[in-house]
Amino acid sequence: MSEGFLLLEDGARFDGIPCGAEGPVTGEVVFNTAMTGYQESVTDPSYAGQIIVFTYPLIGNYGVSAAAMESERAHARGVVMRDPKNGEDVATAEGGWLDWLADCGVPAIGGVDTRAVVRHIRDRGAMRGGIFPAGTADGEARERVAAEPSMDGADLARTVTPAEPIRFEGEGGPHVVGIDTGIKLNIVRQLRERGCKLTLLPCTSSPEQVLAEDPDVVFLANGPGDPAALGYVVDTVRELVGQKPLFGICLGHQLLCRAVGLETFKLPFGHRGANHPVKELATGRIDITSQNHGFAVQGPGGEPRIEADEPVRWQTDFGAAELSHLNLYDRTVEGLVLKEVAAATVQYHPEAGPGPHDARHLFDSFLELANA
Amino acid sequence: MPKRTDIEKILLIGSGPIVIGQAAEFDYSGVQACKVLLEEGYEVVLVNSNPATIMTDPEFATSTYIEPLLPGPVTRIIEKEQPDALLPTLGGQTALNLAMTLYEDGTLEKHGVELIGADHAAIRRAEDREEFRQTMTEAGLRIPWSMTVETLGEVEAALADGRITLPAIVRPAFTMGGQGGGVGMTETELRQVVSEGLAASPINQVLVEESVIGWGEFELEVMRDHNDNVVIICSIENVDPMGVHTGDSVTVAPAQTLTDALYQDLRDQAIKVIRAVGVETGGSNVQFAVNPENGEIAVIEMNPRVSRSSALASKATGFPIAKMAAKLAVGYALEEIPNDITRATPASFEPTIDMW
Repeated sequence: MSEGFLLLEDGARFDGIPCGAEGPVTGEVVFNTAMTGYQESVTDPSYAGQIIVFTYPLIGNYGVSAAAMESERAHARGVVMRDPKNGEDVATAEGGWLDWLADCGVPAIGGVDTRAVVRHIRDRGAMRGGIFPAGTADGEARERVAAEPSMDGADLARTVTPAEPIRFEGEGGPHVVGIDTGIKLNIVRQLRERGCKLTLLPCTSSPEQVLAEDPDVVFLANGPGDPAALGYVVDTVRELVGQKPLFGICLGHQLLCRAVGLETFKLPFGHRGANHPVKELATGRIDITSQNHGFAVQGPGGEPRIEADEPVRWQTDFGAAELSHLNLYDRTVEGLVLKEVAAATVQYHPEAGPGPHDARHLFDSFLELANA
Repeated sequence: MPKRTDIEKILLIGSGPIVIGQAAEFDYSGVQACKVLLEEGYEVVLVNSNPATIMTDPEFATSTYIEPLLPGPVTRIIEKEQPDALLPTLGGQTALNLAMTLYEDGTLEKHGVELIGADHAAIRRAEDREEFRQTMTEAGLRIPWSMTVETLGEVEAALADGRITLPAIVRPAFTMGGQGGGVGMTETELRQVVSEGLAASPINQVLVEESVIGWGEFELEVMRDHNDNVVIICSIENVDPMGVHTGDSVTVAPAQTLTDALYQDLRDQAIKVIRAVGVETGGSNVQFAVNPENGEIAVIEMNPRVSRSSALASKATGFPIAKMAAKLAVGYALEEIPNDITRATPASFEPTIDMW
């Protein structure tokens, strides 16, 4: 087998054996620390435009299955692994992981010293990079990486949003209208399990189009890219705040915060994994959470970190916001509630898929907003 | 909440002789616990019958007794030392059983000694087969069918009316390392294994249960603090299937063949188990059988203490379970304890292999 390589924009090069679909491919190189859930991650629309480095060394052990799809297709651009396995012979597997990557057109590379890659990214921050087949000239690889647009200012939601509204009938629950910037299927499953009628709108929808659906509550979905590039969604949300209850997850949290006048910033290397402790300040309860985000919301005074375990408040354009959830790893904002209008958001993924189910109770509290 | 100031002197029971299934891991956990408790400013009274241990080196405790791990000698130590608390969860099954005896014969109450880490009721719910079965059923968890047996005659009757189907597993109550247990493939074999099990159990009780031989065997190491927050330290997969005792099986951490969905189900169930059993603070080990064909899960057992698996989990993740268990037992919360490896993150950050 011939050697390929992962090249980062600062020139760092890591050799390995190409697998999956044929490269080359470029994107933002990020790492994920979860030990399970590789298929869920690759099909999560929030990974659009990104190459995922899995820190867990064995990836593919249990193959792939239809139940592990978080959307209809793969969204990650590429996959970097230490020790890839096809895993097709496990009893619960419906297919092999490497076969599946090839079928989905996702280039990958194995045999990479992923620890070295992660240390590099941790020290220098998430950056662009590419997976290249053997024989690619260094100069050509560098040019391709340099030609990849930066994640800062990238509007990727437009590439994953549905062209037409998607509708799911409910079973007596509230009508949730989602602005679909790349929703994960597990969010859909969680809402439907609670009987919600669900309408997913293209992220380019106007406030009038959202209101025309007569929502009980408006949901702002997860999704890829830089929230600062989604000014048009922010404008829509801003019109809805105060008119309808809103809740957001991940990118949706960032968009809602921007809509009420708070700022977001890019984390040095993001949170991507399934083990982040998040403290619910009202109860002291700590949920172990699934996370996948490169940007975060600033705390009061523009600070990225909040030192005290207290429900601190900010002023927003719509009255006070109160910190509801705090990340115990780097003390960044994980969730907040608006005190004067019906709105609440979290940065992490209560729906899991992949990751722990600890925070699923949050959907119940979100849906109570519908009665607000 | 910071550490407790209403207790000053803590009795720690070691694990005694090193025998099969009860190896040097409890010396390791005992040393960690002694160090932590001394660092936190408590007086530590240590009793262990085995002088060939590191924990019995004089510097690891305020006072060290090398005495038989029997109710009589330990009662005399309690009378002399008057400890405020007894930490029974770090010296393996020997320490746990001895603590239970001292509770049941009234010694602890008489001298005002509090069981910390796991109390008497929690230990009973985990260790008594019948109580464990009830506790799991009430928590909505599936466990293999089972019956508690105290005489061979009960087995004969159950075989006759079909309540026992073969093959069946025999597990003696209050024993370690699977001692006296086994599998009955035929009626003759079952009778023999039950007789041996009854003899091996200190309370002459065995559990006869549904065979899940051939299913995958998984363990989760769980820790809980007094705020009811829970973390999974790691998952462990027994490479050998159910039917090969864990002590004889090659085990790997983390689990290698579980999908995220199945792993998260086990995680949810392990958390339910530790809450239902009521281990207030510290580590527990929960064992599951998973049907490889359809992912069906059954809870097999839980150890309400530091176990052999804790040593493996500690090494694999860098999360020192015994040390954390000692800190949790004296009142710290997971979020208040820094992780030894990362230093920057709290112990409530669930360890992930290769995250550092």
